[in-house]
Formats: sequence, C-alpha cells, structure tokens
Amino acid sequence: MNRRISCLAAIGLMLFCSRTWAELVVEITKGQSDAIPIAIVPFSSPQDAAASFDVAQLVSDDLARSGRFKSTDRKDMIEQPHTGAGISFDDWRRLNNDYIVVGQVQALGQDRFNITFELYNILNHQRLLGYQISANKPGLRLASHQVADMVFEKILGIRGAFATRVAYISVLGSLPHKDYRLIVADADGENPHVVMQSGEPLMSPAWAPDGQSLAYVSFENRLPSVYVQTLKSGERKRVSARAGVNQAPAWSPDGKKLALTLSTRDGNLDIYVLDLTTQALTRITDDPGIDTEPQWSKDGQSLYFTSDRAGGPQIYRIGTQSGDKPRRLTFQGSYNARPRLSPDESQLAFVTQEDGGYRIATMDLRGRGDVQVLTKGHFDVSPSYAPNGAEIIYASRDRGRGVLALVSADGRVQERLVSSEGELQEPAWAPF
Amino acid sequence: MKRIFAVALMIAGAALLSGCPKKHNVIETPNAGSQVSGANQGDDASASGRALNGADGTQGNGMGGDATGPLARKVIYFDFDKSEIKPEFADIVSAHARNLTSHPGYKMKLEGNTDERGTREYNIGLGERRAQAVRRALMLQGVAESQLTTVSFGAERPAAEGDDETAWAKNRRVELVYGP
Repeated sequence: MNRRISCLAAIGLMLFCSRTWAELVVEITKGQSDAIPIAIVPFSSPQDAAASFDVAQLVSDDLARSGRFKSTDRKDMIEQPHTGAGISFDDWRRLNNDYIVVGQVQALGQDRFNITFELYNILNHQRLLGYQISANKPGLRLASHQVADMVFEKILGIRGAFATRVAYISVLGSLPHKDYRLIVADADGENPHVVMQSGEPLMSPAWAPDGQSLAYVSFENRLPSVYVQTLKSGERKRVSARAGVNQAPAWSPDGKKLALTLSTRDGNLDIYVLDLTTQALTRITDDPGIDTEPQWSKDGQSLYFTSDRAGGPQIYRIGTQSGDKPRRLTFQGSYNARPRLSPDESQLAFVTQEDGGYRIATMDLRGRGDVQVLTKGHFDVSPSYAPNGAEIIYASRDRGRGVLALVSADGRVQERLVSSEGELQEPAWAPF
Repeated sequence: MKRIFAVALMIAGAALLSGCPKKHNVIETPNAGSQVSGANQGDDASASGRALNGADGTQGNGMGGDATGPLARKVIYFDFDKSEIKPEFADIVSAHARNLTSHPGYKMKLEGNTDERGTREYNIGLGERRAQAVRRALMLQGVAESQLTTVSFGAERPAAEGDDETAWAKNRRVELVYGP
C-alpha cells in the first residue's frame, strides 16, 4: 500500500515534469588542432513542419563538439547540393574540406519524415555512406544524432555516442531552501526531464546496464536510502534503507545486483553486494577505514573502489568471491578516489588531488599503469565515461557555479556545458 | 503544483519509513537552565565532568534565557579532513551529554557534514566519521547508545555557500539535533 502511494507520486512527478528545464550551452575550451574539416550542407526540407528543424545544424554541432571535426561555416559554402550528383568536388576540395555530407528531409504525410543523407570523401569522390532514417517530428532530433553517429563512426572507426543520454543532479534555490532534481537529458544537454525532485539531497545516479532504470540515493526524511526508478513508468522502489549509511549504488553488468556502501552501527563504511531478486546481502570489504564508491568490472568478478585504509583515499580492486584480498592500484599522490572503468576496461578514470585542486585523471590498465591528469580545475569530480569511451563527462565549477564539463579520454579536447540555472552535479552517461 | 507532488512524495516516503513503529515522545527543547543545573553527573562521566565544573557553575545561573550557553550551541566544527573534536567544543559536548543522561527519554540525531572538496561519496564517509566522533564522545560521558543516531550528508547540505575557506569552515560540522 505504502509502496503504491510512493509509485503514484513518482509517476505524477514524471508527467508534470515532462516540460523542458534548463538548457545547456556548450563552450569548447580547448580544441584539437588536427580536427578533420567536414562540410555538413543544409538538408533540403519540405515547406511546412520540418522546416523548423535543422538536421544539418545539429549534425554539424555534434561533430564539432566532439573536437575531432571542424565544421565548415555555412556562409563559406559555395553551393548547397542535396545529393551526391550535385557536389562539385574540386570546389569543395579547394576550400580544404576532407568530407561532405548532403541530404534531404521528406515529409511522408502527417507526422512522418524521411531523412536521407550521403557522406562523401572529397579527395577521392568516394561515397562512404548512403542512408535513410524515418522519424516522427519529435524523433527528428534523435534521428539527427544518429546521422552524426554514423558519420563519426565511418570516418573515425569509433562508434558515435551523440544519440545517448546523460543523468545528472541539479540543485536550485539558495540556503536553507534547496531544491534537488535528478534530470535525464540528451547527451548534448537538450530535452531535459526531471526524473525526481526533492527538498533533501539526491545523489549518485547510476544507470542500469539496459538504460531503462536509474539507481540513486535520496535523503527524503533526512535519512539516506537507495532507490531504483524505472524511467518510462516512473515507478520507484526503495531497495536499501538500512540503519546508517546507504550509498553509492553501482549496477552489476547483468543488472541483477547492486554494489552498495553500508555502515555498521559504529559507522564503519564497507562495500556490500545486494541481490535485487533475492535481497541477499553479501559483505565484500571488511576494514575499519572508509570503503566506498564501488564500480564493477565487466565480467562481474571484481569491484574497483575507494578506501582510506592506508591513510588517505586510494583506489583498490577486490574480487567479489568471499575472502579475496584487495589490491591497491594508485600510489601517486595523497588523494585518488571514485574510480570509473572505461567501457573497454583499458583505463580507469578517477579524481586526483594535484596542486591543491581536485582533477580528473586516468590510469592505463593495460600497460605500466601510467597516470595522466586530464583537467586543470580545482573542483573537478564525478567522472563518467561516454559509452564509446571517447569522452569523459564530469562535474566542475565555473565562477562559483556547478557546471558539467567534457574531456576527451586522451585529454586533448575539453569543453564545458553551462546550464542557464542551477548547480549541476554528478553526471552519469547512459549506456548505448 | 510541483510542491504538491513533492509533498505527496515526502508523505509517501514518511509512510514507507514508518515501517518499524517507534514511540514518538514529545521532546521539550532543552534550553531551560534548570535542566543543566539539575543534571546528575554520573560517576562514569568523571573525566569531562571535572573539566566542566567551572563552566557549569557560571552557566547554572546564566543558562535560563541565555542563548549562548553550551547547551544552546548545537554545532561542532572540524578542521579540514579531521574528525577529532577540538578542545573548544568539549563544553558543548559535555553539556549535551549531561542533558541526555539526565533525560533518558531524549533522543539526538548527529548530522555529519563536510566541505565541498573531494568526491561526494567519500565525503559521506568523512561526515559519518565526524558524527561518530561526537557519538563516541557523548557515550563516553554516559549517554545511552539508544539515545543516539547518526546520519551523514557529506557535502550535500552546506550551511554556507562559497568556494573559500570561510564557507568551508562553516560546513565542516556535526549538527546536534534533538528529536524523536
């Protein structure tokens, strides 16, 4: 009964919140000098509805935002062909373009559109892609991200992640009345939806591997509990409200378990695994220090986590079989915390302290464990990999305000996502 | 409209939490001087009891209506990355310890907080460590374990805004909250 009330309330929240929230503005703070020049020619479009949606602009913005492409300005385009047959390759080549995308949007009746596009290599006139995507009007944005994804993958050989989503926490208002929101938006910050709203803190959103649900911590009633909320229905379930700490949920790769941070009565934080089906709880770490911020390896056999058992926080790895001894992974510096594994498990992103600032660093897991500090801020925390591993989104501060920022996994491209209002925290990039 | 939903959620959440029935005693705000002067200092509270005698004497008279006495102060501040209770806060801890031991029906929630620096979940651990430090200090002075609970908000509920030491110093704290 109680649970039902809770679910209904959450559904109501979802419905009311389907309106747009704060828009994010992207600023590229550091580009890549060898970005690939590409021309995304404005697509032809039918007179009416679709005219308001500019597919080519969105594709161009996506590619430019990745830092790996340099989109040709429209005013520099000598012609605007919509099919391969209309491209004067030599002219485009003189303007130093390597690639060109042309296309059309066709109306197929009431609320149905076809996006047809082609990608050409200007140097050898080769047609690299020819594709058609069908969408309704609200779907045009997603379809355009998919066009960008295909172009990105064809040229770079890396799967695009433009058509994905990001969850984050937004904090509005001023002390003592703060309004905490859990928001899910497109990867470019558009289409934000409030998933959960509370007058008490919300934190640590974590995507289920299928991208259908989020686990998070909510302090409603001024006590921490871990919830799992299904996005479509808004239905939510409280999965852990034990005495003491209930924190840092992390999904197992099969989506059946959550690693959690719980505490004993005397406040000792350790990592546990909760089986979501059987409710069975297994203790993984047992140490008087703070053990927290768990993250699973892809095979579900081990957990990366933060522990200050040796003094300051450092990153460790432990097998999920009982009795395994944790192995310390970080040795440089006095503060290394909140590990996140890249999708191919070749590197670990985490927060490190350097020159008094908290910054995003990566560690090479395949070679000698080389550490590279990627950012230069003072409050850079909460790294989360894009599902293609190419970029890391993280929380930063800009002129006293919480913002989200992106850095390419190799550190060469940096940009900031600035919201028009609110403090943004704890971004979590959704799976594909 | 949104407020209604938020409220509905809170009510629903409260309903969920009330799974284990608890006696909700009505707690009088412990600000009356008589409570302090009447506090029976148990034998096991000797160490800090001695340290407190002086303060207790001056307070016994002045406490009524005095909003600055140790019992009226309910926030303990900490140094960066530390969870040791500094000597200047010992009288606050002792005053509340006496209040709690003389009123076994009183309950107190210790809310641990950190400044914004560092990772959020690790800060939850640091906030809990601070709350536990105060809990241990209170128990050493005779407060029953059953009177105390802890919660850590980490860096999530700052008392002051700002990216500087002035704000941080106000945020590294444990708040002593009397309640059910």
